[in-house]
Amino acid sequence: MSSIPMEYYLILSAFMFCVGVAGVLIRRNAIVVFMCIELMLNSANLTLVTFSSYLGNSIGQVFVFFVMTVAAAEAAVGLAIIIAIFRNKKTVNIDEINIFKW
Amino acid sequence: MINLIYLTTLLPLLGFLINGLFGRKIKNEKVIGLIGSGTIGVSFLIVLGAFIQTLGLPVEERSNTVNLFSWLNVGGLQIKFAYLVDQLSLTMSLIVTGVGFLIHVYSIGYMHGDKGFWRFFSYLNLFIFAMMNLVLGDNFVVLFLGWEGVGLCSYLLIGFWYDRKFEKGTTSQAAKKAFVVNRIGDFGFLLGMFLIFMTFDSLNFKEVFARAATFPVAESTFGLIALFLFIGATGKSAQIPLFVWLPDAMAGPTPVSALIHAATMVTAGVYMVSRASIIFVSAPAIMTVVAVVGLLTALMAATIGLVQNDIKKVLAYSTVSQLGYMFLAAGVGAFSASIFHVMTHAFFKALLFLGAGSVIHGMHDEQNIQKYGGLKKYMPKTFLTFFIATLAISGVPGLSGFFSKDEILWSAYANGGPASPAGGFVFWLVGAITAMLTAFYMFRLVSLTFYGKERFDHHNVHPHESPALMTVPLMILAVLSIIGGYIGLPKVFFGEHGNLFEGWLEPIYAPAMNKLALYGEHTHLEEILLMTVSVAAVLGAIFFALHVYRKNPQIAENVSNRFKGFYNLLLNKYFVDEVYETAVVQPIQKGSEKFLWKIFDVKFIDGIVNGVALLVEKGSGVIRKIQTGVAQSYAVIMMAGIALVLLWLILSL
Repeated sequence: MSSIPMEYYLILSAFMFCVGVAGVLIRRNAIVVFMCIELMLNSANLTLVTFSSYLGNSIGQVFVFFVMTVAAAEAAVGLAIIIAIFRNKKTVNIDEINIFKW
Repeated sequence: MINLIYLTTLLPLLGFLINGLFGRKIKNEKVIGLIGSGTIGVSFLIVLGAFIQTLGLPVEERSNTVNLFSWLNVGGLQIKFAYLVDQLSLTMSLIVTGVGFLIHVYSIGYMHGDKGFWRFFSYLNLFIFAMMNLVLGDNFVVLFLGWEGVGLCSYLLIGFWYDRKFEKGTTSQAAKKAFVVNRIGDFGFLLGMFLIFMTFDSLNFKEVFARAATFPVAESTFGLIALFLFIGATGKSAQIPLFVWLPDAMAGPTPVSALIHAATMVTAGVYMVSRASIIFVSAPAIMTVVAVVGLLTALMAATIGLVQNDIKKVLAYSTVSQLGYMFLAAGVGAFSASIFHVMTHAFFKALLFLGAGSVIHGMHDEQNIQKYGGLKKYMPKTFLTFFIATLAISGVPGLSGFFSKDEILWSAYANGGPASPAGGFVFWLVGAITAMLTAFYMFRLVSLTFYGKERFDHHNVHPHESPALMTVPLMILAVLSIIGGYIGLPKVFFGEHGNLFEGWLEPIYAPAMNKLALYGEHTHLEEILLMTVSVAAVLGAIFFALHVYRKNPQIAENVSNRFKGFYNLLLNKYFVDEVYETAVVQPIQKGSEKFLWKIFDVKFIDGIVNGVALLVEKGSGVIRKIQTGVAQSYAVIMMAGIALVLLWLILSL
């Protein structure tokens, strides 16, 4: 494992993050947007683990557990909200969910 | 007792709070009256104790400061709430609490049955609280606290019977007039205070006056300070040009006229000038202004008093006139004489007003002296005391008024105009003429009220003597009016130690006297001669008045018919009110309405406010389009922002 340089992990992580951001900004389907957010979270996790491993400090890994826990909870709540919206509006297209305005 | 002096303000304040907050519930007039007058009575005893204690001290230790707490502490300005207990403040406190107590007791009888009984006593106590702060304060700020406080109480008490008519308007209008005119004076006083702080870097009496004696300050600065302070004094003490409020202040209940508008509050200006004697003495030009204004006020008010028909109006103009005397004395540097006159005047003028109140009470609220007559036999006690007070104010030898008035006249002559010795003679002459007029109108008042034919309607009016609660204070004041002068005997007869009063106050004025251009040489013969002339003039005026108004009323009628124009001029008070109305009040009202309201307020102020609102409305109408409700567009903007920040961070590395 130590043979792979740290930059590889970081570049992968940055790439994943950008894919996530792009998905959040571009996609119209709420489920997909949601999945992209997960992607961003996991890219952050990857960065944490990378640094933790290379610096020999376990705090980063502990942090990752926390992030995963929170992400799980967030997934449950987020999906519940999306289902609730779908029941009301019969759609999960973000463009059409725009009542919160002037 | 000196250390307990704070109780003399605390007790009236407590009385005010108790009567003011719970008076409506207490209802019992005896309890309210007891609280009201009891607090003042105890205060008087404390002042008396402090006075006796101070008398026992050596002369140089008689000025004591009682620190209570630090009041204002802003940068270089440090104001302590402290009381200065010295000869001058003790003298004033004795007058305020002593005469005040008697008037409180009298009021229990006078206000009996009034629906605002509790309100009346709470106001009176508040007034004593303010007045005591005024005279006891050890710096200009505490003095100003009292100064404004008495103005407020004056307003409240003039408008006490707010539902009654007064002359052409209501009592509320009279109250407002008093308050507004006083504000003009207060403005001058404030300016004077600011200038004092700028010049001497302190507002504490002792510091300011010590620095006034030593600091190299231009005479013009002193002049400006003295002028501003004097403007304040003209407002509070009803001098030209701000005297117009005092006659209207008679709209209040008579004990109020006695306490506030004769004996105590109106002397606040005299006290303040006297307290700041060193500043006034340092500005000789303003001293002359003070003397001339005082003299003119005395003469003018006395001439108006000659023809007035309302018993309280006569006394009101008489008060203005006597206050003029006090300023004349202060203006020629005879400060102790002016305070002496404050004291004797408090006795006999309070007595006159209370006597007038007793007459009004007995005549069912009739105030026109043309509708009195022959009341002597109905009100023997009131008559006797009123007569004594009249003798005293006229300056008949042997009574208190003579001693103080004579001292003022003599000082006016001797110290006179600093410009020329002839000025002194003019001062004396006008002063003596005023004294003569005073004697005349006072005996006119007595004759029309107590002697002659009974001109009232016997069916509806049944004159009767007032209850003991009212007559006993009259008698005490009558005794004081007789003996009050004997602490200030003329030096010409009794030597240097005859005038105890002047000796007592001397240390207060010592710095001022050092600076004052001293008396010219005058012989005793001169003084005795002048005294004889003025007394003769006064006695002549008295006999003339009695002759005309007791026996031959048609003479008065003939004279008033022959000099119709002059008579009307006097009857209408030289049309001063009308002149002020057209020259000051109307332009201000018109200007406020036509320009300040209709143009400046409506067009300009409202325009700014509405314009700002309009701008915000239009602007937000455009900006709110940004809020699309689509979460992704927000996220895009956020990302763009983050990208920009990152870019900036990277570039700045």
